[in-house]
Amino acid sequence: MKYILMMNTMKAGHGVPNWQQKDLQAHIAFMHSLNKHLTEAGELVSAEGLSFPDQARLVRAGKNGVPITDGVFPESKEFLAGFWIIDVESPERAYEIAAKASAAPGPGGEPLNMPIEVRPIMSGPPPEML
Amino acid sequence: MSEKWDATSERLLRELAPQVLGAVTRRFRDFASAEDAVQEAMIAAFTQWPQEGIPDNPRGWLIQVASRRMTDQARSEMARRERETTVAREAESMTPVLDIDSDMDPDDTLILLFMCSHPALSPSSAIALTLRAIGGLTTAEIGNAFLVPEATMAQRISRAKQSIANSGVPFRLPSPEERAQRLPAVLHVLYLIFNEGYASSIGAHLQRLDLAREAIRLTRNAKTLLPENAEVAGLLALMLLTDARRAARTGPEEELVPLDKQDRTLWDRTEIAEGLELLTAALSKGSVGLYQLQAAIAAVHDEAGRPEDTDWPQILALYELLRRVSPGPMVTLNHAIAAAMVHGPDKGLQLLKALDADPRFADHYRLEAVRAHLLEKMGDYELAIKHYRNAAAQTTSIPERNYLMTQAARLAGG
Repeated sequence: MKYILMMNTMKAGHGVPNWQQKDLQAHIAFMHSLNKHLTEAGELVSAEGLSFPDQARLVRAGKNGVPITDGVFPESKEFLAGFWIIDVESPERAYEIAAKASAAPGPGGEPLNMPIEVRPIMSGPPPEML
Repeated sequence: MSEKWDATSERLLRELAPQVLGAVTRRFRDFASAEDAVQEAMIAAFTQWPQEGIPDNPRGWLIQVASRRMTDQARSEMARRERETTVAREAESMTPVLDIDSDMDPDDTLILLFMCSHPALSPSSAIALTLRAIGGLTTAEIGNAFLVPEATMAQRISRAKQSIANSGVPFRLPSPEERAQRLPAVLHVLYLIFNEGYASSIGAHLQRLDLAREAIRLTRNAKTLLPENAEVAGLLALMLLTDARRAARTGPEEELVPLDKQDRTLWDRTEIAEGLELLTAALSKGSVGLYQLQAAIAAVHDEAGRPEDTDWPQILALYELLRRVSPGPMVTLNHAIAAAMVHGPDKGLQLLKALDADPRFADHYRLEAVRAHLLEKMGDYELAIKHYRNAAAQTTSIPERNYLMTQAARLAGG
């Protein structure tokens, strides 16, 4: 069963985080080791980090399908910082991995306890009888 | 060297994979390394045979190449540990005597089959290992079939092999008692491979390896190895009788077509005939199990020329037997559907109530979908719409969600 784990971060004050070097290094090392651990466990499908919100654009079709781009609306408080797609045996295992990611170290090495949104990916089998 | 390369030669190579693995494991007593060595030999064959032709003794060729890898590996391992001449001489003595024909043991594939569904393995690991060790598929092919990167699948397979190594299971045929005990796990793994393939034959994944066909091939092999077992035959019959409907199961837009709306002229008559023959032979053996009963139900559907010709009382009777042989929420659910077809939708709805309180029932959307369907038959459209929508919100299959949302929209008059 595949799940997407979406790591949401507060937009306020974001951009390049204003952390100490050792805290940043610890955070980056943590993410590397998490991905390595998931690959070794045979559970990682993919993991991607997304650019900071100042590079995000909202696009919609204008007349004749011409793209109209816009900056992100200022009222959105959270943004998607990155995601993992994992293939695991149970939802409990997906939650366990999400909790691990959530506790990534922040300033002073304290766990960030970021909210991680976990959702099943629609790859399940359809039923035979209906 | 003889013959030229075609799809048959590729099939031959895959057929040989478990035999070669069995022979090499038997000789070196190291399943995990043997498995790697055989994969390398298979890859060597895939690259060399199309150009150079198939060797006169293809199995011998593969055993020889794999054994050489094993010896090379053992040598470098020893050289790494201790660079002493005595140790190197020991490595020399490990070089196998190439007596290829005496190396053939028909039980080897059977031992591997039981090994790959070892109780220490999770279902997804057992599936991956079976496809590689018995099916002769490459890690990349298996990764592709499950839409998982090759590196991830490689880890899954290597961990599975490690679990088997750690469990200390010897490379020999389980005793008849053990075999009887463990056969359900073997059949379940084959069934899961089929189911995965059947599910993924629709939607955006048409480029994927045909796992349903692969499962049928592996089950055919299992049947050759266990010719007297009625449940193996029952499983093969179930696969064939289900796979026969493949072409009719999806519409032009890849949408799910339910059984009663399928164009039955598209059903594969050859597969149905083979499935029926297998099933008839299996049922005559006496001990009727879970797969034979499911195959019998599939057969009743396949034998009906039109949906209204379906012998529902017969299906209901089979579900009643199935409830005794293998009780479970999915069986209760399908039993309720059959009861509704025989005694009316209110009877079905009444039987479904038992499932509301069943904590084992994880697939709650299926219950919602069936309830919606029966409510629709009762003429309670409003409630039917509600349950169709509940079901659509809970399913994890896109084709199914589309189907359920469309049902709700149809009733809502949209």
